[in-house]
Amino acid sequence: MQKYSAFSLFKNALNGHKDWQVAWKDPTPKEEYDVIIIGGGGHGLATAYYLAKEHNITNVAIVEKGWIGGGNVGRNTTILRSNYMHDENGLFYEKGMQLWRDMSQELNFNVMYSPRGIINLAHSDAQMNAYARRGNSMRLNGIDAQLLGREEVKKLVPILDFSENVRFPIFGGLMQPSGGTARHDAVAWGYARQADSMGVDIIQHCEVNGFDVVNGKIKGIKTSRGNIKAKKVGLCVAGSTSILAEMLNMTLPLETHLLQACVSEPIKPLLDHVVTFGAGHFYCSQSDKGEMVMGGDLDGYNSYAQRGNLPTLQHVLTEGIAMLPFLSKLKMLRTWGGIMDMSMDGSPIIDKTHIDGLYLNCGWCYGGFKATPVSGWTFAHTIAQDRVHDLNAGFNLNRFNTGYLIDEKGLGTKTWIS
Amino acid sequence: MLYIKCPYCGLRSQNEFAYGGDGTVKRPALNKEISDVEWNNFVYNRKSPRGKHIELWHHISGCRQWIKVQRDTVTHEIFKTVEADKDI
Repeated sequence: MQKYSAFSLFKNALNGHKDWQVAWKDPTPKEEYDVIIIGGGGHGLATAYYLAKEHNITNVAIVEKGWIGGGNVGRNTTILRSNYMHDENGLFYEKGMQLWRDMSQELNFNVMYSPRGIINLAHSDAQMNAYARRGNSMRLNGIDAQLLGREEVKKLVPILDFSENVRFPIFGGLMQPSGGTARHDAVAWGYARQADSMGVDIIQHCEVNGFDVVNGKIKGIKTSRGNIKAKKVGLCVAGSTSILAEMLNMTLPLETHLLQACVSEPIKPLLDHVVTFGAGHFYCSQSDKGEMVMGGDLDGYNSYAQRGNLPTLQHVLTEGIAMLPFLSKLKMLRTWGGIMDMSMDGSPIIDKTHIDGLYLNCGWCYGGFKATPVSGWTFAHTIAQDRVHDLNAGFNLNRFNTGYLIDEKGLGTKTWIS
Repeated sequence: MLYIKCPYCGLRSQNEFAYGGDGTVKRPALNKEISDVEWNNFVYNRKSPRGKHIELWHHISGCRQWIKVQRDTVTHEIFKTVEADKDI
């Protein structure tokens, strides 16, 4: 594989950029694989990469109905964080933060990792207390957390509305300094390129139509490009999980909902951190191009549409203007939507299933992007060893039977309001 | 913008409604002995179909009645709306 560097860029520039190798191949499906990963998004690509790198399993195919990186890995707001209270979430996502730190070097692909800090704003004394508790829980798990007072927030983000006579005055906030952003497309491409170089077949435009299950054991998949045999199959299809589950006669604790995001026209550097509104659901950061990147609530009803509806966008941006009044002066550049696999307790599922050789990775709700490396890392372990890793043991499917839910927000099963 | 035909009030914008989730979920009968699996299916497990979906909506900023709506989850086309206690 060609190594990317400043020198290779310089050399190829002199040569008219004619000698770049393809980053990944376009193979025809083989008859059989040791492992097939369904879904060529961030999680699927990361899983294939870690199967090859950590477990020496290289006879692997990724099948993707569209093109790699065309789903939620290219539709999110690129935020990285591990600011969770519960141990299962905190320890899991913090492992992810470690993987993010080294990702550009490891993948030889600049993912523009930017640990600029994430600040959750608090708008009441009660919220400050809740953040103090969450911050302490984080620190007990070795995650960096700082409780900020109003003046400290003002010093860091002076552009916020600090007026006294607003409906939701800023009391302070909880900051995770190591949180931040990364370029989402680069993550997909970086994992794809490395996985391909280790022998993984990335098969695009290949839709799964069914499964071959004999006596409770997976034998292969049926696709738009023919049947492919496999010893093991992993599902990494986010919002499409319920569609594949139906083919397997499984009903899962999931609902598919639509989440929108949007960016403004680019402006000069103004917002150095990721900031979230604490009295609703709105978050904002500024991209390297200068656009304000924003997101918030789900559209609020089951949807596979991959495009959003205006009432929710209006609602979300109303919160945005309450937090950052200057936003009202900006023109909107783009809005888009992606479909989320909302789990019933707001936490993911990475587990084996009742079908031998079939593994499940779903339930990411809003939080899939930041989990990309650690989701792939733990899912690869679960598939390769046929047992869960300590880090994803809590994310089992059986927790909905036993009652050991990981409900970070305490919202219950109304997925559309979470 | 969705426009939902409330069986009591007529066609109204989605802004007047609150979503109530899958309308096919039935609570197990009171005092009936049920298994954990049955309870689990009622509380957590959802089909979440791509296509026609029967769901509950609450006309919260209107007549405050619950209604049942059959809607396509891809195109958002609404096929039918009835009172909550009626079947679609």
